[in-house]
Amino acid sequence: MADPAVYIRERFPQAVYASGEAKGINYVTIAAEEIVPVLQALKEEQALSFTMLTDLFGVDYGSGPGRFEINYLLHSFRLNRRFLVKIRLNEGEEPFSVAHIWQGANWLEREIYDLFGLRFRNHPDLRRILLPDEFIGHPLRKDFPVEGDGSPFVVRLEEEGP
Amino acid sequence: MNESRLMTINMGPQHPATHGVLRLLLELDGEVIVKATPHLGYLHRGIEKLAESFTYNQVLPLTDRLDYTSALGNNLAYCLAVEKLLGISVPKRAQYLRVLLAELQRIAAHLLWLATHALDIGAMTMLFYCFREREEVLAVLEEATGARLTPSYIRVGGLARDVPPSFFTLARKFVDRFPQRIDEYETMLTKNIIWKKRTQGIAPLSAADAINYGVTGPVLRASGVNYDLRKAYPYSSYEDFDFEVPLGKNGDVYDRYLVRIIELRQSNRIVIQALENLPEGPVLSDAPLITPPDKEEVGKDIAALIRHFKIAAEGYTPPVGEAYGAIESPKGELGFYVISDGGNKPFRMRIRPPSFINLSALPKMIEGELVADVVAAIGSLDIVLGEIDR
Repeated sequence: MADPAVYIRERFPQAVYASGEAKGINYVTIAAEEIVPVLQALKEEQALSFTMLTDLFGVDYGSGPGRFEINYLLHSFRLNRRFLVKIRLNEGEEPFSVAHIWQGANWLEREIYDLFGLRFRNHPDLRRILLPDEFIGHPLRKDFPVEGDGSPFVVRLEEEGP
Repeated sequence: MNESRLMTINMGPQHPATHGVLRLLLELDGEVIVKATPHLGYLHRGIEKLAESFTYNQVLPLTDRLDYTSALGNNLAYCLAVEKLLGISVPKRAQYLRVLLAELQRIAAHLLWLATHALDIGAMTMLFYCFREREEVLAVLEEATGARLTPSYIRVGGLARDVPPSFFTLARKFVDRFPQRIDEYETMLTKNIIWKKRTQGIAPLSAADAINYGVTGPVLRASGVNYDLRKAYPYSSYEDFDFEVPLGKNGDVYDRYLVRIIELRQSNRIVIQALENLPEGPVLSDAPLITPPDKEEVGKDIAALIRHFKIAAEGYTPPVGEAYGAIESPKGELGFYVISDGGNKPFRMRIRPPSFINLSALPKMIEGELVADVVAAIGSLDIVLGEIDR
């Protein structure tokens, strides 16, 4: 039975920082620069075939190095199992987009940009998705207060279209 | 192509056929859609951010308001994640009741979908037929939970309370009559030439594209991919139940309709099995620090009073860790990824929103198609903005 964690460790030994299990789902934490080749390998390797990107989301640990974590939750129909790939980023670092591997990543990365402020390199269309385009700030960051930062919600009529 | 030849039409956010506050910008070349750009966020309430300030039990009523057509399902997905974090198991009776309620809720959600989808396409009669049944289902759910749309009944550790005996009478009455009602719906639509002309071959999505976009639920299965979490990653004793998962072939609007109709029949089957095989026993885990005591005890026994107070005021503290709990909701794979830092509030609660991810495939489905088919395509996706925007 193919084990994705073992496969990644063998094929990308320099990239793996940690591995473990979260209540039934195995994960590896890898170097952010290697995310594209690692995910491509997980998807295309016949024995693994993680062809579905179930979810792509961010976590803000508040402060310090590796403050931001991005999780890629994958599912393989062939193996009928899930696998999680994590990367950690510092303030200001820009992760690589995987929208060219899974179309579904497009909107999910936009949501991470919108709510956390992480810019994805090579993203085809990086703009806010849930909040208004003029919004300033990234609310899911731990330093953004849950009551709001007091900035007024601006309502304006759009210009006439073409 | 000359830019000025394209006409931009705005659909929404107020529109009867967008099923919520969805705004679609459509660029048309005549009647053909060249580009479709969804604009979201009109119902964004910051539920994921709020969850970080609420105790685990306080978060539960927020989940009712995600996919508001299928509230019990949302409760269940959240509770599965938190129960995994806590490492507690739920008694069999509670698991069977959860399945029973989740499938009744699936019936209610699909009835609402069918009613509004058919109405958008022009078959207004379906609205009245389906809502007649939906009222009956909501009455059954109200008998157990006390509410029609915001039950907050599936709790961490089991259920809020056991169902009253009247629930079984009502539920039985419903499931005995429901298959004939589904026959009525099929008589009106399935072989109806107008329905077929409006839905066959419309807004197709190939299996490969569906997987690439991360689409789940009836839309994925209509494209021919056999992925149903109740079979792939069974939860809450679904493995004890006998039911089929329908698959489509062409991935068009008609196939999505057929898949959901068959799911209605299968859900009815599951509810009958749950009613017949329901075990006796408690409906809450034996975990005194997590589940509250009986209300009668709280009035009589000081220890129960203290326990109740502590759980209501402070809550409980799952060990540090992360867990993913997912269900097959009527819309697709609804998952909650909950991260605990050892405190009494979730450190991070991520909601994997099936409608959001399914909606991302909409431009692929309608670009190159006629504008008249947009309404049928949106209806066939069965999106709920509460879940998309959170």
